[in-house]
Amino acid sequence: MTLAAAAATAHATTTSAAEAHGFLSPTGVEIAFLLVGLVTFGAALVTVTTRQLVHAALWLVVTLGGLAIEYLLLTAEFIAWVQVLIYVGSVVVLLLFGLMLTKAPIGRSPDADSGNRWAALTVAVAAAATLIWVVVDAFRTTWIDLDGPAAGSTKATGESLFQNWVLPFEGLSVLLLAALVGAIVLSRQAKATATEPGAPSEREPR
Amino acid sequence: MHLAYPAVLSALLFCTGLYGVLARRNAILVLMSVELMLNAVNLNLVAFDVWLSRTAEETLHSGQALTLFTITIAAAEIGIGLAIVLAVYRNRGTSDIDRLRDTAESHDADGPDRDASTAPPAEKAEATA
Amino acid sequence: MTTTTLAVLVPLLPFLGAAAGLLLGRTAPGFVRPLAILPTLASLVLAAVVALRQGGDQPINAATELTPTGSVPIELALYIDGFAALVAVLVGVVATCVQIYSTGYLREDPRYPSYAALVSLFTSAMLLVVYSGDLMVLLVGWEIMGICSYFLVGHYWETPEARAASIKAFLVTKLGDVPFLIGLFALATDAGSFRITKVLGTVASGGLDHPTLIALLLLAGVAGKSAQFPLHTWLPDAMAGPTPVSALIHAATMVAAGVYFVARLLPVFEASQAAMIVLAVMAAVTMIGSGLAALAQDDIKRVLAYSTIGQLGYMTGALAVADRGAAVFHLLSHGAFKALLFLAAGVIIHAAGTNSLAAMSRMKDLRARVPDAYWTMTVALLALAAIPPFSGFFSKESVLGAAEHVATGHAERVPGAAGWVVLGAGLLTALLTAAYAMRLWLLAFRGRGAEAPDHGRQPLTMTVVLWVLAAPSLAVGALAYRVLPDWFDGRDLAPTLTTSVLGTGVALVGGIVTYAAWRHTAAVAARVPLGAVAAHPEGDAAQVEAEAIASHAPVYGGVAYAPDPADPGRLLLGPLHRHAAVGFHLDAVYRALFVRPVQGGASLVRFLDREVVDTYVRGAGALPRWLGIAVRRAQTGNVQTYVSALLAGTVVLAVAAVLVATGA
Repeated sequence: MTLAAAAATAHATTTSAAEAHGFLSPTGVEIAFLLVGLVTFGAALVTVTTRQLVHAALWLVVTLGGLAIEYLLLTAEFIAWVQVLIYVGSVVVLLLFGLMLTKAPIGRSPDADSGNRWAALTVAVAAAATLIWVVVDAFRTTWIDLDGPAAGSTKATGESLFQNWVLPFEGLSVLLLAALVGAIVLSRQAKATATEPGAPSEREPR
Repeated sequence: MHLAYPAVLSALLFCTGLYGVLARRNAILVLMSVELMLNAVNLNLVAFDVWLSRTAEETLHSGQALTLFTITIAAAEIGIGLAIVLAVYRNRGTSDIDRLRDTAESHDADGPDRDASTAPPAEKAEATA
Repeated sequence: MTTTTLAVLVPLLPFLGAAAGLLLGRTAPGFVRPLAILPTLASLVLAAVVALRQGGDQPINAATELTPTGSVPIELALYIDGFAALVAVLVGVVATCVQIYSTGYLREDPRYPSYAALVSLFTSAMLLVVYSGDLMVLLVGWEIMGICSYFLVGHYWETPEARAASIKAFLVTKLGDVPFLIGLFALATDAGSFRITKVLGTVASGGLDHPTLIALLLLAGVAGKSAQFPLHTWLPDAMAGPTPVSALIHAATMVAAGVYFVARLLPVFEASQAAMIVLAVMAAVTMIGSGLAALAQDDIKRVLAYSTIGQLGYMTGALAVADRGAAVFHLLSHGAFKALLFLAAGVIIHAAGTNSLAAMSRMKDLRARVPDAYWTMTVALLALAAIPPFSGFFSKESVLGAAEHVATGHAERVPGAAGWVVLGAGLLTALLTAAYAMRLWLLAFRGRGAEAPDHGRQPLTMTVVLWVLAAPSLAVGALAYRVLPDWFDGRDLAPTLTTSVLGTGVALVGGIVTYAAWRHTAAVAARVPLGAVAAHPEGDAAQVEAEAIASHAPVYGGVAYAPDPADPGRLLLGPLHRHAAVGFHLDAVYRALFVRPVQGGASLVRFLDREVVDTYVRGAGALPRWLGIAVRRAQTGNVQTYVSALLAGTVVLAVAAVLVATGA
């Protein structure tokens, strides 16, 4: 493979030239991607294994941030900022509120994992092995050419979104509205039942 | 960049989320794991979109558009999911998934009756309200 | 209308009456009585017209094929010769009398509509048997009679005796009917047709391959229906039914059907010497055994039942000596006086409030309470005992004369032994018949003791019928034996001097001996009080009878037996009395031979079913149950477990799919 790489017609416009780009001679972008990927994966592992619930949420921030950097490395800058805004900015905050409202214990809780852990581990490892095997088998020679104009700049994304994806985009806004109303209804129902006469709940001061 | 890097990272993240969904006890942690799985999918979408936009003269940017949609839907999902978890918590006094066993065989020792009896008195009163 | 049309109407009218009665019985109670009587009466008139038109000439023979039925065709056929015409008239007379009598007898019975409809159906079936020219159609009527007798005998189904009797009657006659059906098939196979004319033609040309087998199979069915030994046991028990039904069954329908069938197909039986001997022996055993048993019975109706069996024995005896003229002559005269005896017995039971002779013998002046029954029953008993000049004398003498004719070797085709057997048994039975007739008369009408209870006059419908039926017993016999040969085979039916003197002599001896025994024991009767009467003597006759039947076994210790030391039968029979009262233990023998093995087999089957088959079933159920328990274990209610299993399955499927896709 490296012998073939010596032919050095590498950065041609062809992308199927697997011989040109070996795994043993990574580019700078690849090294950066690999390092950030390791951090992301490690943070994800900590998120699903830590016994401190709030820490899990914080490690999730690290994971999502790492992913945003990966998007940047893949030249999808708009997605990256949206990731930071929505996930890190709102979703994690929502999750933290949820943890607080359900009175999640601060500090180490010994029963954060259920008895299903070993079965879960088996399934997850098997799924990972299968997926990686299939993905590597299918795409080990595929090369992404990151040169040239950014594929995911705000301009490019905006043009495709408002030229080709307008209708789904507007449909999505309806879905968001429905989700908003649904969340409100669910919360109000719970409150209504909690404040019925005979069993007043003082734990939820509103 | 090799497509295999983002693809493998995506697979690993997905399976980590999978493990979290199956192994975590707290419902909110399960929701976090779901977020992980969604993000793994997003990474895949972005990587393939970038690759295809260069090779296949593909101009729709469907991968990135779908990523945006997924992010939006994930936000909605987290909102609804949290509302449900809160409602369950108010009714049951717990948000542990493996205690919500109403569909179990009735003779089972882990039935809902036991949950009610082991719950704190205040929560029990709330659960019966 | 042609004679054929009239003949078709004869069985059809009572059938339509029965259908209408069953349909309208509840909604229009006012129509029930006319619907019961008028069709039967009309068919009597039509039968008489048919008989007059036929007049003993060439048989009326008509047939129509409804639909092709394969190799052996079944046709709606009529075959009316002199026998059929006269028997149909007898059936019509008796059925009409019974229907009229029933209106009084079951005056307040709530189930009268269905009862009357069933009697009509019964009559219709018998008329079908009489007129049918096709053996299959005959069998239809034959079986309808069986089911009707089941329903009618069980009319008082509130009493256990009636239930047991109806089931017994049905089962025993069916026991005979199965070989009968096989015999019919064999006969039709040999003859190639179910038509009686063709069968007789085949027999005449010697085309019958297995005459003995066929004759014996048919005999089994005849023995069941006509209550011949050894299938006679249902008839005494059938007394648990209402008295008019007994009269109908004993006089004109059902039991007459068997004799009539043999008479009609006599050439088939004549083709087999063995069958004739069997028939003769069967007749002899039946006659003597029933005579002895009748002498020991306490229930007045059971005495008459055993006497019916004996008189049917005379008829089969006449058939055994191949004289069907004599057999049908006796069938006709017996039908008249036996119907009379039963109907009169019904009146007596109503008046006395009991069916026990022992109880009646302790009632003074019972005859004054029921003068009509007294006189007509006297006439009928004299006819039964074959005292000249009553009709029974002539018919019985014709039987004995035929037997003597054969015994002395004047017949070619019938073995002489059969003649001797029938003659000897016939004379002995004449003695016994006179004895039990005398005993019945003395015990019922010459009782001493307390005054008989007075329930007022009997209904007119019940008494008039008695006199109607008494007329033929009184007068017709002497006329009949001169006229009947024209209708029958033409053989002479006049009484011969030897048998007349012998028969009348033994009958007189029997009567006188019984009277002497009664004089001897009558003194004892006053000293031993005995008897019970019905609880509701003011009710209608059917209710009184049902109560009498229900109370007989508790009061006297048996349906047929009473511990009465004043019974002349006890003195006459001596040690035999005990056995005769229970029908010579034949029921016990049947119980040991058939009922017990069947019950044993049933319990064996039950054991096999419960313990063996069910074990397999339970075993088959155990495996799914264990699997179910295992699956139930898995239903923990933990969603994560479910999702784990789901995803594990997905992974396995995905790996399999990838492997298949890559051809690994």
